[in-house]
Amino acid sequence: MSSPVADQGTWFPRKRRGAELVLVVMATLIGIGAYAAVGLGAEGTVPADVLKLGGAIVIVSIATHVVVRRLAPYADPVLLPIVICLNGLGLAMIYRIDLGCEGYCLGGDYQPLANSQLMWTAIGIVLFIAVLAVVRDHRRLQTYTYTFGLAAIVLLALPLMPFIGENIRGARIWIRVGPFSFQPGEAAKICLAIFFAGYLVVKRDALALAGRRILGIDLPRGRDLGPILVGWGISILILVVQKDLGSSLLFFGLFVVMLYIATERPGWLVVGGSLFALGSYAGYLAFGHVRHRFDVWLHPFSDPDANGQIINSLFGLAHGGILGRGLGQGSPQLTPFSFSDFIASAAGEELGLTGLMAILLMYGIIVERGLRIALTCRDGFGKLLAAGLAVSFALQVFVVIGGVTRLIPLTGLTTPFMAQGGSSIVINWAIIGLLLRISDQTRRPAPEISSFDQDEATQVVKL
Amino acid sequence: MNKPVRNLAVACLVLFAALLINVNYVQFVEADSLNSKNNNKRVLNEEFSRDRGAILVGGDPVAESVRSKDQYEFQRRYTNGSLYAPLTGYFSYTYGRGGLENSQNRVLSGSDNRLFVNRVVDLLGNKQPKGGSVELTINPAAQKTAASGLEALGKDTKGAVVALDPRTGAILADVTQPSFDPNRLASHDPDKEARAWKRLTSDPNQPMLNRGTQQILPPGSTFKLITAAAALEDLNLNPSSKVKGGTSLGFGGGITYRLVNENGSSCGGDPITFEQALDVSCNVSFGSIAGRLGQKRLADQAAKFGFGTDPLVGLAANPSRFTAEGTDLEAPQLAQSGIGQYEVAASPLQMAMVAAGIANDGEVMRPYAVKTIRTPSLRVLEQTEPERLSQAMSARNARKLQDMMVSVVQKGTATSAQIPGVRVGAKTGTAQSTADRPPYAWFVAMAPANDPKVAVAVVVESSNTARSEIAGGRLAGPIARSVMEAVLNK
Repeated sequence: MSSPVADQGTWFPRKRRGAELVLVVMATLIGIGAYAAVGLGAEGTVPADVLKLGGAIVIVSIATHVVVRRLAPYADPVLLPIVICLNGLGLAMIYRIDLGCEGYCLGGDYQPLANSQLMWTAIGIVLFIAVLAVVRDHRRLQTYTYTFGLAAIVLLALPLMPFIGENIRGARIWIRVGPFSFQPGEAAKICLAIFFAGYLVVKRDALALAGRRILGIDLPRGRDLGPILVGWGISILILVVQKDLGSSLLFFGLFVVMLYIATERPGWLVVGGSLFALGSYAGYLAFGHVRHRFDVWLHPFSDPDANGQIINSLFGLAHGGILGRGLGQGSPQLTPFSFSDFIASAAGEELGLTGLMAILLMYGIIVERGLRIALTCRDGFGKLLAAGLAVSFALQVFVVIGGVTRLIPLTGLTTPFMAQGGSSIVINWAIIGLLLRISDQTRRPAPEISSFDQDEATQVVKL
Repeated sequence: MNKPVRNLAVACLVLFAALLINVNYVQFVEADSLNSKNNNKRVLNEEFSRDRGAILVGGDPVAESVRSKDQYEFQRRYTNGSLYAPLTGYFSYTYGRGGLENSQNRVLSGSDNRLFVNRVVDLLGNKQPKGGSVELTINPAAQKTAASGLEALGKDTKGAVVALDPRTGAILADVTQPSFDPNRLASHDPDKEARAWKRLTSDPNQPMLNRGTQQILPPGSTFKLITAAAALEDLNLNPSSKVKGGTSLGFGGGITYRLVNENGSSCGGDPITFEQALDVSCNVSFGSIAGRLGQKRLADQAAKFGFGTDPLVGLAANPSRFTAEGTDLEAPQLAQSGIGQYEVAASPLQMAMVAAGIANDGEVMRPYAVKTIRTPSLRVLEQTEPERLSQAMSARNARKLQDMMVSVVQKGTATSAQIPGVRVGAKTGTAQSTADRPPYAWFVAMAPANDPKVAVAVVVESSNTARSEIAGGRLAGPIARSVMEAVLNK
């Protein structure tokens, strides 16, 4: 190893900011190239503003890199470039769907989305920088454990409030303030993760050790598990009322996973898995819309008119084949909501199996980096938080992309960084900010403790 | 807390592996079957933007794609659309494809595996892939003659003509009336297309039915050719053998039904020669021969000519039948079946195959409509090789039956098919349907008898012509003759 070695043999981790810069430039070029390719493919010309917009994006990307260099010099160097790449591809895809959808989608009422998505991306980057600037040490968040818990519940309940709550496409998960609509559930995800991490890291010993053994599983005492069960229960209840299947699944998964990490007891996975299976079955029996999702999943071609969305998603993927139709040259507008839930199938159609696999691998690397941060993190809270965020990210990608490729029944969740939707993109940037903060803390060398050679000055008794 | 994190990392790996395997399955393994699903608008849009290959008859396109200025790059155009519609079928955005447009779609659209190299070359040259062309076996003169013959009987006359080359099985003519214009279904205006489709599918005259291959009707006296073939083969009869004649055939055993001849004639005596029985189309003679043969031998003979199978590749056809599934014929029904009544039903294609089989010395060839398939650069991709379907009867007996058919034209019921200087063989038929509808007029023929070049079957289902006037010879005979003349260049 050629890593710099300090005189006393202390190992200094490399910052790798230079590598990050190179990757950031490459990622930015991929995004701008995709934008130009969309224009070429769909309209035969490179978009007129490609230089202006591209220049702005390069400046913003590099500025973001510089901020990381300043505020989190030891942070993981791979996360930011991957996120920039995914975000850029997502923007290009949304622009592409704008071109295809104009006057066609949503019964002709389609409004272009790329500009607002660009604006939300900017807000996301600002929030990302804010997280790095404000949260100088992630352990400070632990002091607000219950505040975050309460915030999560309030956020989740907001859409149910009169006046600001909005019911869009059968799910009441939106709020509208002035011209902006927002999905507070996305923000609740971070709050819940912080709440779980803060709570579990304190109670982990009690949860793991105190309690009674029933059916081979050590059940913790009610007073230890109670608060978290209440917080989680309220969240799930709200989501069920809002008919938001995807988020219920995600929060449940997050809870079970963090409980498992904190207690190191695989029994929790078994309990969680069984509860999930039971819940799914009960949902199947009790709710028509859950049953419908299952039927569509198993037999999409039994009713081509009603199941047009998943069928068209599959048609798009198949039409894309191995190498794809090329950006701007497929027909993603034929799949309803290809700009949001089904953006992965739009990418699969135009970038092909190759492109979709690359996107999946990028998501995979984000998860891997998150878990790596959790492994190396020195404090329990950071470990739990990083692992929780990473696993929930993995679950989210699995649920939404698995849904649109018919691996599992379809549930509504956003595709991180790619799907249209302000709340999702902003919150995911914040999550990456948190992960970088934890990673910076983790990889930063321990503060140098100066040797006590000022003995003389502090001597009480002169020798 | 690191151990759970490591375990979860493995779990995440499994999730992502599942996603990766699944997209490989959808985009690679399942892609072909998804692409060929109905209503796959992406594939349709692509096909409509592609230079689809032409369907050619005698070197001229009857279906081709021409540049279009609307939302798709190409417009499918059918020259003489209704004349060739039973073969070409249609190519519609909303309603899919029919006929050869459907069965040859992979070649025409250029997605056939044998065109893979062309596709790669086009891809590298950044050119739109083109489709291959399909050349038909149709003789354009015969096709046109057959159509105008049917048209001359009146626009509302339903009928069909099928002509074959007896030596190869190549279909020389396949005409149906009424027909439809596939240009209307190829319209890029969804409203026009929908209106045309609605009108065609709700028309009680079924213009989209290929009557030549799909419609099976009682073949009437033309079926006597098969009864005669069985008698030559299994009863060792000769044209000069004596068979039962007279005015009616009884069945004994307390059955009061008697099989009679048309118009109560006596077939010229009792007994009469086998040849005379065919000349005058004597019901009594062939009813009695059917009784002597029995159901099995008669059914076997019909099957050897192709009854009960769908011999046609690439075009919709219905198999002809001797009896309905599982019928056990009583004596009177057997006699009726022997003259092509009761449950016997055959398509004009099948009856043309009977005439062709007899003309080709007993050898029945598989009928086919596609002669050659070419790449966009006109290189031959596939040439249909004639294929023997069966030996329906011995060559010796087939020649005897040819002579008998020639005799029918010279001095029997089929004199309307005479062509000066050509030995034409034929058989007429008039099959009863219900009392309130006119009977079907049939005519099957082949020529020349020793060196067969054409076999033809004509059916006229209904006509304004008075009932008594309908006899295969008078209505259908002249059409058969003009088709044979067209093929023989007379």
